[in-house]
Amino acid sequence: MSIIAELREVTKSFANQIALNNVNLQVREGEILGLLGPNGSGKTTLLKILAFIEKPTKGEVNFGGRQVKDSNAGQMRMESTLVFQKTVLFSTTVHNNVVYGLKIRGKPKKEVEELVRKTLKMVQLEGFEKRHAKRLSGGEQQRVALARALALNTRLLLLDEPTANLDPKNVSIVEEAIAAANQELKTTIVMATHNMFQAKKLPHRIALMENGKIGEIGTPTEVLGKLSKTLASFAAVDNIFTGTAKTTEDGTTHVEIGSSVKLEMTGQYNGDVSVFISPEDIILSKSRFASSARNAFKGKIIEISDSGSLVRLRVDVGKLVTVQITKRSFNEMELGLNAEVFLAFKASSVQIV
Amino acid sequence: MELLDGLIKALQLIFSGNPKLVEMTLRSLFVSGSATVIATLWGIPIAMGLGLRNFHGRTLMKTIFTTLIGMPTVALGFFLFLIFSRENGPLGFLGLLYTPTAIIIGEAILVTPIVVSLATTAIEAVDPEIMSLARTLGASDAQAAFAVLKEASNGIFLAGVASFNRAIGELGVAMFVGGFIAGSTELLTTGIKVELDKNNIDVAIGLALILLALVFGITLAINVIQRRRK
Repeated sequence: MSIIAELREVTKSFANQIALNNVNLQVREGEILGLLGPNGSGKTTLLKILAFIEKPTKGEVNFGGRQVKDSNAGQMRMESTLVFQKTVLFSTTVHNNVVYGLKIRGKPKKEVEELVRKTLKMVQLEGFEKRHAKRLSGGEQQRVALARALALNTRLLLLDEPTANLDPKNVSIVEEAIAAANQELKTTIVMATHNMFQAKKLPHRIALMENGKIGEIGTPTEVLGKLSKTLASFAAVDNIFTGTAKTTEDGTTHVEIGSSVKLEMTGQYNGDVSVFISPEDIILSKSRFASSARNAFKGKIIEISDSGSLVRLRVDVGKLVTVQITKRSFNEMELGLNAEVFLAFKASSVQIV
Repeated sequence: MELLDGLIKALQLIFSGNPKLVEMTLRSLFVSGSATVIATLWGIPIAMGLGLRNFHGRTLMKTIFTTLIGMPTVALGFFLFLIFSRENGPLGFLGLLYTPTAIIIGEAILVTPIVVSLATTAIEAVDPEIMSLARTLGASDAQAAFAVLKEASNGIFLAGVASFNRAIGELGVAMFVGGFIAGSTELLTTGIKVELDKNNIDVAIGLALILLALVFGITLAINVIQRRRK
């Protein structure tokens, strides 16, 4: 896979504050790269540098095999565009918002109209062309901003927290459009998020950012499989429990997490611990079943959130446990709020944080 | 009853299409319109600088422009008279005193602080990310600045209207540097003063009514245009 963009020892400071500190990063052509980190970790600055609207204080930025300089930054900006976290729209119609960048590129009118139609369809805003962009709901506004960027069909699409503060329906539409842009338009995408659930779903690779540096980088399984304390401190991580660990005679550990809920995990630990169970490691069924899983609980569904092809359920087993299943399974099992369900997961799925 | 008689005669003059009134009205529109256009041409770039850039002395400059909005027209007119004076004024050699050009320059200077202050406020009110947004969509710096101006257009329109109204209604500059030369520098405002001095109450009232109607009509037209744009 070729490299589309590269940061070499990039540092960016504002007044006395260092936003990026000696960052090295390669963005591979065709991938979705997730930047996962807390607020102030440098994600937005990194995206602005990749959009060539911010210059690094030190270091080198390459795009498409060429070094980015003042003389060619304008040309580079035609191939890389950023959707801001806070939705920014021109005070005009949805149509005029979407055509802005296309007009700058001097596209023929017929092609412009076709692109407007196509991208508004991608974000499910067909028929919104004549509506005033700023009078739409927050979710619709964010979708206009995304359509405006998608219409440009740039080689690199940068998304800063694209689903922050959106309701589940809008999150689902935005995520589908992002996936379609990557799969159908072959657009390389770099997206910042602090939502671990999203980071697991869309990106091919994840870079963990903290204090202006990239800590780890790898596939979601590699980076998120072993939940670090740093990650747990900022990411929207479900299923983290604190409790008291005690080793058993079998060589495993029991962790009392309160409300009479006891977890069994591999390894030997004693004393106060924090543990994590990945929502997709938990098997959910409507009836009790025999299995090798050392942890089995009965509970009630108290919250359902739809997120595209996946559904997240919050199940009360004495403690609230988040479970992730496919929408198909959800429909086939005919689950609903207050439904009684059984959860099971292996001792090896319980990780120490 | 003198006022009522004057009013009736003034309306008769207006509706009879008195050539002198028509000429003074058209000249006033031209002079004040030109002054507003000139002030806008040099005022908007200043407002862009003040509204978009951070530099030492920015607040001081903004304060100076805001203070100058209340500049006494008589004082400005007097200073310009001294500058344009054909005998010993530093710009006397240009021969501008008592010409419409002198009035246009004077009124442009008079309304520049209005253009700068109101346009700066309008530009500052635009979302600061608009410039970055335009750039990330491929705009050059000039195109991005234009995008900001477009977003601030309501405030800039207001600046233009306020400037025009101030220019067409002022007397001090027009009197000092324009005088009241028949067929050359007669304006509505100077006309009111001169006709009143000659005790032609009806003509003075007619000119005043036209002046008020112009200010009201233009402001109304701009408001209607802005409403349609929304």
